[in-house]
Amino acid sequence: MKVCDLVNKLNLQVYAGEKGLSREITGGYTSDLLSDVMGNAEQGEIWVTLQTHKNTMAIASLKDLAAIVLVKGNQPEADTAKMSNEEEIPILGTTLSSFEITGRIFEALKL
Amino acid sequence: MQIKFAIEGGDFATAGCASSQVKKLLKQLNIDPSDIKKIVVALYEAEVNIVAHAYRGTITVQIDPQKIIIVLDDEGPGIADINLAMQEGYSTATSKVREMGFGAGMGLSNIKKNSDELNIESIVGKGTKLTITKFFATS
Ligand SMILES: Nc1ncnc2c1ncn2[C@@H]1O[C@H](COP(=O)(O)OP(=O)(O)O)[C@@H](O)[C@H]1O
Ligand SMILES: [Mg+2]
Repeated sequence: MKVCDLVNKLNLQVYAGEKGLSREITGGYTSDLLSDVMGNAEQGEIWVTLQTHKNTMAIASLKDLAAIVLVKGNQPEADTAKMSNEEEIPILGTTLSSFEITGRIFEALKL
Repeated sequence: MQIKFAIEGGDFATAGCASSQVKKLLKQLNIDPSDIKKIVVALYEAEVNIVAHAYRGTITVQIDPQKIIIVLDDEGPGIADINLAMQEGYSTATSKVREMGFGAGMGLSNIKKNSDELNIESIVGKGTKLTITKFFATS
């Protein structure tokens, strides 16, 4: 499934990185601990987190993640959004909690 | 080939820049993607440790045909008990750093897992020197 398909299906916000919406999602990882994501997320995964600072984009880029999903209505900081555009890795958003959106993404990716 | 980077303690905005440049370079050199992934994890964690725990430091990356050797030399508080620091979950990171999602205490074990050799020398009150070696997959 492509990032844009997931955006449509789950009605996600797109905050930045629109050029990356055609990236393919191969799975997902949910964590707010950066070393956990660094050590355990895989290339192509979509990352669910509440962290909004620029280091998340550095990690998404280094790990070749498909996109970041910010939970609970959190929005990216300006420099995070800028880097998302440069790296063409979308930052998405939802008002749902990590628990709820992770469940929905998991279901959507199974189909 | 050798490249050097200077790292400032506390400068989280640029944390990961050295890792990103080394990743690009390794790609250009056609290094095996699974080797690149591991090197990037190890280097990022070591780079962030200078930012999070030390005052300033340098990263020297030596790329040879068969291996990469990364030396991270910092001026900082040093590590009193290296075995304890290596334990997953042990962290002295400040609460501010933890709120950002750093300070899980997984950095040094991530470095160990993703390298072939890890050597740590540290003098309390002076600084820490990490030497990370990764051999490239032979095709
Ligand atoms: N370069 C360094 N200078 C001083 N202390 C360090 C350095 N690197 C690691 N440490 C010490 O080792 C601990 C564990 O490091 P690490 O496993 O990377 O976890 P974290 O960085 O999340 O705390 C740190 O909390 C710190 O006390
Ligand atoms: Mg660390």
